[in-house]
Amino acid sequence: MTAPSAFSPPPPWALLAELTHACPLHCPYCSNPLDLARRSRELTTEEWEDVLRQAGELGVVHTHLSGGEPLLRPDLERIVAAAEDAGIYTQLVTSGTGLDEARLAALTAAGLRSVQLSVQHADPRAGDRIAGRAGSFAAKEHAARLVRRAGLPLGLNVVLHRGNLDAVDALLDLAVAWGADRVELANTQYYGWGLLNRAALMPTRDQLARARQTVERRREQLAGRTDLVWVVPDYFDGVAKPCMGGWGAVSLTVAPDGTVLPCPAAASIPGLDPPGVRDHPLAWIWRHSPAFNRFRGTDWMTGPCRGCPRREEDFGGCRCQAFALTGDAARTDPACALSPDHHLVREQTEADRAVAPPYVYRRPGAAPLPAPARAAVTEDA
Amino acid sequence: MTPEAASGWRPALAPALRLRHDPVRGKDLLVLPERVVVLEGSGGTVVGLCDGTRTVQGIVGELAERFPGAPVAATVPAFLDSLRREGWLT
Ligand code: SF4
Ligand code: SF4
Repeated sequence: MTAPSAFSPPPPWALLAELTHACPLHCPYCSNPLDLARRSRELTTEEWEDVLRQAGELGVVHTHLSGGEPLLRPDLERIVAAAEDAGIYTQLVTSGTGLDEARLAALTAAGLRSVQLSVQHADPRAGDRIAGRAGSFAAKEHAARLVRRAGLPLGLNVVLHRGNLDAVDALLDLAVAWGADRVELANTQYYGWGLLNRAALMPTRDQLARARQTVERRREQLAGRTDLVWVVPDYFDGVAKPCMGGWGAVSLTVAPDGTVLPCPAAASIPGLDPPGVRDHPLAWIWRHSPAFNRFRGTDWMTGPCRGCPRREEDFGGCRCQAFALTGDAARTDPACALSPDHHLVREQTEADRAVAPPYVYRRPGAAPLPAPARAAVTEDA
Repeated sequence: MTPEAASGWRPALAPALRLRHDPVRGKDLLVLPERVVVLEGSGGTVVGLCDGTRTVQGIVGELAERFPGAPVAATVPAFLDSLRREGWLT
């Protein structure tokens, strides 16, 4: 491993601000951790303002204000204004629930630059069923209209899975009808609630092949009007994704309680001991914290990644996925066909699931408690 | 000269974009909703003149005054046209 003090990494470009884990929706693919941060642990307005000021000084130029549902933070306008003051471009990542004209006007006045809206399905009833909330589709449609009327760029973000891959064509029609500048069709990444619901979300190979054909056909039609981004299903492609553009290379994530992570899912890695903004300056965290240096560069690599010609391109894939599937975050991402653990992924993609299990909707307390929390409960009892 | 540059086009930054100087990296940046473009050399100065009031001719003229001897008439219209094709200038 590189000695932290001897090496200064290039500054980060982007910060993902998870302002809260609270959310009116209950998507079963949600990548938030099972152990959702309580609202009482959330950073205060002043703490977020300070984080953004520090981020600007460190070199961050772009932030996604996300969650959970960031609109649930009544101080969102002040957080946007702090980013704007720090020269940071803001994009709101929202489910649309809770956005009204006055709120959007206040956010725009504070400096909000663009909006990314999540969509679950092109059909309102199917969308509400996936989101676990009646009326959520209608709220999105309304939010899209407000964003367009305010003249802000609008992106739609659709997480793809067994329950909506057959609706890709209709989803693209919807994006055009809603006036989106950009659509991201992101095949589910199995973290947090998504991993818990993996068997329910896992598509068939046929579904994926059809969706891919649709995307290729529509990409030509939409060229020059709507940007179409396809986030590959790494389980099926046998190719590891260049997760986060490399560990501690491009971006950092600040969780609702101020924990700073190289990737939103990294809190799941045991022993990482991620630092927090309540204890350390952001610059120290980025440059010197053991958590950010743990998987920087290529020296930490094991197995087939060592000496692999692709190691500077995909960085050995995702550390959180390696841990989730093998129990060792330093192994080659099992999504890679060269990984000795690749069978763990193939077992999932080849499982014969005529009937998918029901969703476990994302709700505090709905998931089995993680081991340490369970131990604590047992001791109390 | 390219057709757009020859017409009465007055380039302006597309609404979603932001042009800024980045003191940490010492570069001019174009920031978009999902990406950041680093403008090398005097690219930032050129884009900074695209405020919807100047024609391409006007921009070239101003740059020629500021950078005497630079081949602005030969390079700037094509540069502006390439940014327009990306949708970054309107
Ligand atoms: S994925 Fe769904 S449940 Fe999770 S934060 Fe986004 S809108 Fe909320
Ligand atoms: S072995 Fe490692 S570096 Fe090589 S392609 Fe697979 S994940 Fe990437």
